[in-house]
Amino acid sequence: MDNPPRVVIVGAGPAGLAAARHLVEGGIRPVVLEESARAGGQGTRRLVAHMSHHRNRIYGRAASGMAARETVEDAVLSQCDFRTGTLVWGSHAGRLELLGPDGYDSLPYTHLLIAVGATDRVLPLPGWTLPGVFTLGGAQVALKRHASFIGDRIVFAGSSPLMYLAAAQYLRLGHPDLTILDTTPLSRKIRSFPAMMRHAPKTALQGISLMAELRRAGIKMAFGVALKAIEGGERVNTIEYATRGGQIVRTPVGAVALGYGLRPELQLAELAGATLRYDKRHRQWFAQVDAMGQATDGLWIAGDGSRIGGAEAADAAGFLAAESMLTTLGHPAADPLKIRHSRRRLKRQQCFQDAMTGAFQWPAASAPNIPDETLVCRCERICAGEIRHAITTSLGPVEINRVKAVTRCGMGRCQGRFCGPALGELVAIATGEAPGYLRAQAPIRPVPLLATDSEHT
Amino acid sequence: MTHGLFAQIEPDTRASVQFTFDGTPVNGFVGDTVLAALLRSGTYIGQSEFDGTPRAGFCLMGSCQDCTLWDSDGRRLRACMVDIQSDMDLRSTPYRDTSDHG
Repeated sequence: MDNPPRVVIVGAGPAGLAAARHLVEGGIRPVVLEESARAGGQGTRRLVAHMSHHRNRIYGRAASGMAARETVEDAVLSQCDFRTGTLVWGSHAGRLELLGPDGYDSLPYTHLLIAVGATDRVLPLPGWTLPGVFTLGGAQVALKRHASFIGDRIVFAGSSPLMYLAAAQYLRLGHPDLTILDTTPLSRKIRSFPAMMRHAPKTALQGISLMAELRRAGIKMAFGVALKAIEGGERVNTIEYATRGGQIVRTPVGAVALGYGLRPELQLAELAGATLRYDKRHRQWFAQVDAMGQATDGLWIAGDGSRIGGAEAADAAGFLAAESMLTTLGHPAADPLKIRHSRRRLKRQQCFQDAMTGAFQWPAASAPNIPDETLVCRCERICAGEIRHAITTSLGPVEINRVKAVTRCGMGRCQGRFCGPALGELVAIATGEAPGYLRAQAPIRPVPLLATDSEHT
Repeated sequence: MTHGLFAQIEPDTRASVQFTFDGTPVNGFVGDTVLAALLRSGTYIGQSEFDGTPRAGFCLMGSCQDCTLWDSDGRRLRACMVDIQSDMDLRSTPYRDTSDHG
């Protein structure tokens, strides 16, 4: 063959690993690129060696199958060209731009699966940049990778299923002082529950069982609160919130874990040619893919990096994307029952996520309440007032990328990952339209200038 | 309890490793990330170059870049993504020389 297929997977989390497995079973040896040192993803992250004896505490009931699954994953990866510590920072004209242990590389592909996951979706409040304030995902990674509690007195704040998951993990590891401040009223969770049960009863019941576990342990939980401010100096020391009844409460804290669900990592997908679509219910942008995860010729996207769905959805989507890749490579189709089963699993988890938007609400309505002096962009230190000022005085149509250009909000090292959702809401207040999308630019993570140097530039 | 931001989950039996941060020795354990070692012993990883306020990481998984620091050759790294090594000489700002001139 003149042009052998070059199959590449970016991201060795649940979606990437499921795809790699199906491709390997189909006789393909894909390149698997992973930014961190190990496979496994974030929610299903493998524990560092000195935390492995805590696996049952951290993963609860999910722990039992993990060792076996990791053995299978390792066997699959041994049949792939698996490259850890390898950052994909750009994609252009059928090539991926890499920065790995050996430096810069440019990798051509014919079939690309992007499975790069998600990060916490955050709405700023005063004091959220203080030392001791982390994301909810970060609070979990602190246990799994950094082998530490994020602090001695922790408040999980925002509205996300990860608050309950993280709190349970800390509780089981013996943390003595945990509080949950959920901005969604309990009545909204109860109202969303029947639909969650209908689509994914097992996942819904897992959530209930987590809440019951926390309740039994006497963990303080408040619902429908309004987060007012985080205070401190060299480190965080107080969180202030209003109860559902309007009473102002000030609680001493050693650390805060913050988040409102997840936002997909779309930058690479966009650079590789995916079309994005706005989802009204989630009030955010997802990648446009067909039922098998294909975005366009030669490009597939699976897992939370396409549309938030969780680990089980990612596993199903990874398999489906690999099946679709194999089909375009002329391989015989897999068992139709298995394909149908995977599509159903994926669909169910996605419908479950749709229902969850009611139980864990993104607080778009409180964006107008972000005080002018509150930082929105933590990298470039741009506050809400500067953004509002630019929106009212800048020339021409008000659009998120334009506001970014004028204010530098979203131009810092994180490339808008953490300020983007809030910037979108601040612009949406002015336009009266849906929040816009911050266009991606390579490099999607900071890279040294030398990394862009190559013989064909 | 330590005076750092992070709290230990249990007494650690790992061998200790010492490295240098802004000219000061810091103790950590074998297998620690730079971030874990710094935040168990202290409360910050650097200052914002815009307003000088302290920063101590946020996402802890390589995405937000809030825990960026530099090695003695001026190379940038993320404290949450790198394990400590005894010969590390790290600094919170790229250019300020924290040791003797050289």
